[in-house]
Amino acid sequence: MIQFNPADLVTLRPELFLLGATCSILLIDLFLKAAQRDVTHWLSLLALAATAALVYCGIPAPGQSVPAFNDMFVSDGVAGVLKLFVLLMTGLVFLYGRSYLRDRKLFIGEFYLLLLFATLGMMLLVSAGSLVTVYLGLELLTLSSYALVALNRDSAASSEAAIKYFVLGALASGLLLYGMSMIYGATGTLDLAKIHAVADFSTNSPHRTLLAFGLVFLVVGIAFKLGAAPFHMWLPDVYQGAPTAITVFIGSAPKLAAFGMAYRLLEGGMGGLHGQWTLMLAWLAVLSLAVGNLFAIAQTNLKRMLAYSTISHVGFLLLGFVNGSASGYAAAMFYAISYALMAAVAFGMILLLARAGFEAEEIDDFKGLNQRNPWYAGIMAITMFSLAGVPPLFGFFAKLMVLKAAIDAGQLWLAIVAIVFAIVGLYYYLRVVKVMYFDEPADDAPLALPPDRAFRWSLSLNGLALLALGIAWSPLLEWCNSAFAAVAK
Amino acid sequence: MSFQLICFYAFAAVTVGAALAVVTLKSPVHAALSLVLTFFSTACLWLLADAEFLAIALVLVYVGAVMVLFLFVVMMLDLDLDPLREGFVRALPFGLLVAVVMLAEMLALIGVRSMDLQAPVDPAAAAGMSNTVWLASALFSEFLLPFEVAALILTVGIIAAIPLTLRHRTGIKAQNPSRQVRVEARDRIRVVKMQAEKPAAANQETSAP
Repeated sequence: MIQFNPADLVTLRPELFLLGATCSILLIDLFLKAAQRDVTHWLSLLALAATAALVYCGIPAPGQSVPAFNDMFVSDGVAGVLKLFVLLMTGLVFLYGRSYLRDRKLFIGEFYLLLLFATLGMMLLVSAGSLVTVYLGLELLTLSSYALVALNRDSAASSEAAIKYFVLGALASGLLLYGMSMIYGATGTLDLAKIHAVADFSTNSPHRTLLAFGLVFLVVGIAFKLGAAPFHMWLPDVYQGAPTAITVFIGSAPKLAAFGMAYRLLEGGMGGLHGQWTLMLAWLAVLSLAVGNLFAIAQTNLKRMLAYSTISHVGFLLLGFVNGSASGYAAAMFYAISYALMAAVAFGMILLLARAGFEAEEIDDFKGLNQRNPWYAGIMAITMFSLAGVPPLFGFFAKLMVLKAAIDAGQLWLAIVAIVFAIVGLYYYLRVVKVMYFDEPADDAPLALPPDRAFRWSLSLNGLALLALGIAWSPLLEWCNSAFAAVAK
Repeated sequence: MSFQLICFYAFAAVTVGAALAVVTLKSPVHAALSLVLTFFSTACLWLLADAEFLAIALVLVYVGAVMVLFLFVVMMLDLDLDPLREGFVRALPFGLLVAVVMLAEMLALIGVRSMDLQAPVDPAAAAGMSNTVWLASALFSEFLLPFEVAALILTVGIIAAIPLTLRHRTGIKAQNPSRQVRVEARDRIRVVKMQAEKPAAANQETSAP
């Protein structure tokens, strides 16, 4: 009666390895003294690197997908690329956060464990082949994130952010589940590939309305997780309230996972209703672009400004979905990757300037940074230009691709709206550059850099990567395109 | 209308009513008791759907264990919830309006038209086994991966609870059972030989710091 195929375990190799490594780190960390916490740090990075190697070796040929565990889990090119970048972003969070956490007495083993479990959740989420796996992967990710935001429990702002995140996240999960139950009711299956085959939106279909309602709730759930307006309320408070080392995480890797979830649910499951969800996503994109860019102008807190900028970037990301073609999804994935890399440097710079007892999260804290440390001022300037979409940086080509996808879909108005708001967005990104280069610093002393060399090097490399990928962007785009080879053109 | 359908509507109405009571009742104890009623009527709904095992598990685990714990916590905390509810009455009319509009829309669109919805075939009945047997075999074959991931989520819950609640306090007088067991007679009492009477001058000398 009970069938079990050992080949399934081979498909799940990276996830199983990461799980095993996480459990080992959990046990090893118990026996370490606070002064030896660096062992946990390097072991976690090693676990991520080894998992990434396993993911890379296990990516199937373009256009092919390997199902496992009764189609609950799918390993294909999309999942492979997303997992590699999720692992990279988590590794950067570890590297960036160490000295900040140590200064705030948050340098504890649980930070590493919760992040590793969240990473595992994201890996399952982007590989989900069934509604159940989507939901469980998402819960594994979000539950760890709630705890991470609350980690600094002596700070009232962190606790408030965590409670808001938890309540709104639970609400979003409820909506998502409600939509899933309707889709299950209409199609009689939880398997995304079967839903894709069965979901029928023709006028004589008996389940038309039920499917449409289920789809609406799915889209709302996805929009909540991505942080698209008008479901963005949690984002600014959580970004601002969470310890910055955790904001780096929440702002980067989960966006890739949320893209994966949207792709699995919308294209993988509800591809037959493409005409219906396109319009919903188009409006979400317009609202996100407007809300994100207009509200960001008024912010004086850099973390809050970057939160609103996230909302506007989510709007851009959604443009890639409007087309519903392989090139559109590839553009959206390219955008998600570029945004995650840019957000990591931007928040990493806040970590670099922070010291014990001082959070460099106001824009004014960056005043005259060029006089205090020209190198990091340059890195921050590259990031801000890239976020604004100035050529020849990475962010420009990402924006170009999603705009092209929107125009290919025949939604010229959408592309025009996006460009108008991108120009509005230029103002607040350039304001940071202006503050760094043309304002007098409050304190002339050269910047006291954290002694952690790995952090400084990886932050510089991350910043330079935005320039390098802006010049040589085509291999990455090719890679994204080949990941979606299975989707009908 | 069959008896089963009447039962379904009755239990569904009780579930929704009790769930509303959870968020509207003033006293936290009453709210927790309403939550018990919500769980219980949900269990009844599941019984109607032939999911006996899940229904019993819900009553045993949630009503029997989780809610009792909840009640203890609520009673011990002695919360003053009045300030928390200040905004509630103000936001209530708008919330109700939105809820009623949504309900009306959904009833108009799916409630009426999908009456003839063909429920998916009950897999347990199709396999010719009882619901509990089917659940057990499905959980460890078809749904093995989700089952294990659910276990991971519980692990995360445990790990997260520790940094969020555990506080290391210094200066606590705690007992160390290991040392208590290993103790020997000479550790407990030390017999000191000394003179029964001391000259007053010598005494002053020794007690001086």
